[in-house]
Amino acid sequence: MAQPLLSVRNLVKRFPVRGGVLRRVVDQVHAVDGVGFDLASGETLGLVGESGCGKSTTGRCILRLIEPTSGEVRFEGRDVCALTGNELAAIRRDMQIIFQDPFASLNPRMTVGSIIGEALEIHRLAKTRREREAKVAELLETVGLRPDHMSRFPHEFSGGQRQRIGIARALAVSPKLIICDEPVSALDVSIQAQVINLLEDLQEKFGLSYLFIAHDLSVVEHISDRVAVMYLGRIVEVAPSRDLYAQPLHPYTEALLSAVPIPDPTLKRERIRLQGDIPSPMNPPSGCHFHTRCPIAEKGLCDVAAPDFREATSGHWVACHKRG
Amino acid sequence: MAGSIPASATASTGAAAPRVGPWREAWRRFRKHRLAVVSLVILSVLVLAVLVGPFAWQVPIDEIDFTARLQGPSWAHPMGTDDLGQDILARVLYGGRISLAVGFAAMMVAIFVGVLVGAVAGMAGGRIDAGLMWLTDLFLSLPQLPLLLLIIYLFREGLTQVVGQELGVFILIVIIIGGFNWMQVARLVRAQFFSLREKEFVEAARALGASRLRLVVRHILPNALGPVIVAATIDIAAAIIAESTLSFLGLGFPPDVPTWGRLLFDAKDNLDFAPHWALFPGAMIFLTVLSINFIGDGLRDAFDPRRVIAS
Ligand SMILES: Nc1ncnc2c1ncn2[C@@H]1O[C@H](COP(=O)(O)OP(=O)(O)O)[C@@H](O)[C@H]1O
Ligand code: SF4
Ligand SMILES: [Mg+2]
Repeated sequence: MAQPLLSVRNLVKRFPVRGGVLRRVVDQVHAVDGVGFDLASGETLGLVGESGCGKSTTGRCILRLIEPTSGEVRFEGRDVCALTGNELAAIRRDMQIIFQDPFASLNPRMTVGSIIGEALEIHRLAKTRREREAKVAELLETVGLRPDHMSRFPHEFSGGQRQRIGIARALAVSPKLIICDEPVSALDVSIQAQVINLLEDLQEKFGLSYLFIAHDLSVVEHISDRVAVMYLGRIVEVAPSRDLYAQPLHPYTEALLSAVPIPDPTLKRERIRLQGDIPSPMNPPSGCHFHTRCPIAEKGLCDVAAPDFREATSGHWVACHKRG
Repeated sequence: MAGSIPASATASTGAAAPRVGPWREAWRRFRKHRLAVVSLVILSVLVLAVLVGPFAWQVPIDEIDFTARLQGPSWAHPMGTDDLGQDILARVLYGGRISLAVGFAAMMVAIFVGVLVGAVAGMAGGRIDAGLMWLTDLFLSLPQLPLLLLIIYLFREGLTQVVGQELGVFILIVIIIGGFNWMQVARLVRAQFFSLREKEFVEAARALGASRLRLVVRHILPNALGPVIVAATIDIAAAIIAESTLSFLGLGFPPDVPTWGRLLFDAKDNLDFAPHWALFPGAMIFLTVLSINFIGDGLRDAFDPRRVIAS
């Protein structure tokens, strides 16, 4: 396999929990607990898991918006975590992010033109004001808005339109990778499809790679080449989309899939209800993180040793003692 | 070039929305607060009066006339006269300039120091934040009046010799009053910085490679200023009262500079037989402070996006 565009290994992020009068560190949130994957150029990798399992933290660590506790992130072979100053600024042109909340992700006191134009300003991608405006106008058209929207403020737009503005801002620096952190979760179902179609068109047009984060499998099914399933800070299964949906191996993936409605009503899928709640990431369960809720857990094995990540069939990886 | 994306279908909804910027929107909400609007008019009249009043009412502030001592309001002296027969209206108009100037200037000092301390604490976090907040709490817990008196007592002479009496006292009073009123602003700004720092639009700017300075100037500070403007109005009122207090204690401006507080100080021994002397400058202070506070209320509504006032 050629060198992947993005390669993540053993990524760990722990947040300190402070307490008491002295605000000492009393505990840690194991938000990301040894995540690893590769992303090829032009590929879309879906990252799926219940809310709070560490998806956003993974994305932010890759972009160095927060500093990972340990682990390795390589972009085109360069160690992202070791970059400083100008090199870090330069790599920010290659990796961008689109956020979940279309209301919080745009500065309410800036016009759409200056929000999108700021990227051009920071990286000096336009020499004159006129050139900048022309580029902003082009970006607005690219995402399906009108050039005259430039002089408006974010609150004048609907959620879907705001999300398009966020996409235009990310596109302004011509990135190679965009981390889409639940870009449609906050939108109406009817608008979700429009935004996903836009992302797919842009991918084709600009050869983008996506890390597409979502909290349910149905959203990523369509857009992803491969899907990674995450549970409590760890990836439990990675497979090409079709394989994962046709033949899930990990019991957690099975449970997630059973909640996805199937278009064909003659096919009945048994809904698997997981017992209990997600354990707190402050003290995740021993061994396999999933053993407290797993229907096929084996005492003395699953609660003792964490399963290895193994390739069950070609390209289909799973971390479970009893499957694969 | 938009490919398969229907550009017009999505764009049309935005066109119906009214074209307003965030400041215009704030003004629209401010106007709904009737008391604040009335107060704004009153304050504007007061400011205008002290600015152009002395040109229209050309009676000198220090023309002594023993034949007209302690007279009540009349056509010749609409606010009456003091014990030297000086015209109180002229003195109120002239003194108002200084009282209001002290209020605004001290507010600027307070806002400048408060924003600086709050922004540094909010951006730096950790030890620097802890140190600055300790300093803020210290200033809040100090007994202000005795310290004011002490500082004035210590520095008044020296400064007065360098820049002249009137200007010296002005600078001293502004710095002292401002220097004791920045703490609320610092706390507000720090709290705003802490919450804004985590906002996604700030993260988006960081992901684009924005420098710290750009983050603060373009993204965080403009969004933190709403509550600061509210605090600023309260600081003006506090400064006017503080100046009056100092002058009332005889520690502010010299007797020939008739600030509103100084006028009250001079009037206090004659309350029984010349109440008008205290009444007019007192009413000025009262009106100014009250209207500024109402304006502050209106601004709070205008800048708080969670508060939706029925239209
Ligand atoms: N800045 C932070 N400080 C402390 N804990 C955090 C912080 N950010 C995220 N967490 C915690 O880390 C875990 C993972 O969060 P996140 O990555 O946002 O999950 P997801 O995006 O999958 O919903 C959660 O338990 C969350 O509470
Ligand atoms: S390792 Fe054990 S507990 Fe974990 S998923 Fe597999 S069977 Fe269940
Ligand atoms: Mg998230």
